[in-house]
Amino acid sequence: MGNGTSIGRVRGLGSAHAGAHHWLLQRFTAVGNLVLVSFLVISFAMLPDFGYDTVAGWLAQPITATAMILMVISTFWHARIGLQVVVEDYVHNAGTKFGVLTLLNLATIGGAAFGIFCIARLALTGAA
Amino acid sequence: MSNRPLSPHLQIWKWGPHMLVSILHRVSGDGLAIAGLAMLLWWLGALAGGPEAYASFTGWVWADLGSLDWSGAAIFASLVKIVLKLVIIGISWAFFNHLCSGLRHFVLDIGAGFELTANRTWSIASIVLGFVLTAAFWAAIIWL
Repeated sequence: MGNGTSIGRVRGLGSAHAGAHHWLLQRFTAVGNLVLVSFLVISFAMLPDFGYDTVAGWLAQPITATAMILMVISTFWHARIGLQVVVEDYVHNAGTKFGVLTLLNLATIGGAAFGIFCIARLALTGAA
Repeated sequence: MSNRPLSPHLQIWKWGPHMLVSILHRVSGDGLAIAGLAMLLWWLGALAGGPEAYASFTGWVWADLGSLDWSGAAIFASLVKIVLKLVIIGISWAFFNHLCSGLRHFVLDIGAGFELTANRTWSIASIVLGFVLTAAFWAAIIWL
């Protein structure tokens, strides 16, 4: 708490107790998602079919694999800080909030690691 | 802390499109984060697993509705396959809706679009555009 000035009395009283860095990261990753998920969506529309050889061969290309690894990082990061805000809005007990955010970190970092590993495996083992 | 005043909630305010776009932004974002990313990992895992794993994945999430088995215990699997297809379509809408309302947020972030009529117009436009882009995406998938 502050020294009695009007700003000092309210600083840090938002549900997250901090903000600008988190807010900016949400925007930076949003721009990443805009570019990278659009790449995925346009690729879906342009792929001739969704058979294994076509899709795995597309994903194993260097540019595609790089874009998809970056997309996994950007989307999971964006999802992690987005869901954090939801948790901060609705989970008010400090201990429960700590636990839920811990699970959120484990799920999103673990999920992103699995996604990156899968793409790297396809790209490096020369599928299709 | 527990005695601090709460701001009025949904039942107090007169409904407007700006409220709906805000709620849909959170709903579609949560849907993408939970169902969308789970489906992304299933897809990537199946691709990395090889042709058989990929065939199992597509058999579940994009089953041929005409050849579903409606006898005995297979009924449950058939119902799951229909739900998964709806989930896929829902994820596509969630992406385009979140994209449009997210772009609206970028405009609001620079301090523009807060005038009552402009705010109303772009709130409605981002919701409508989300559905239009979803329809265009599936048209492209089917006909391109």
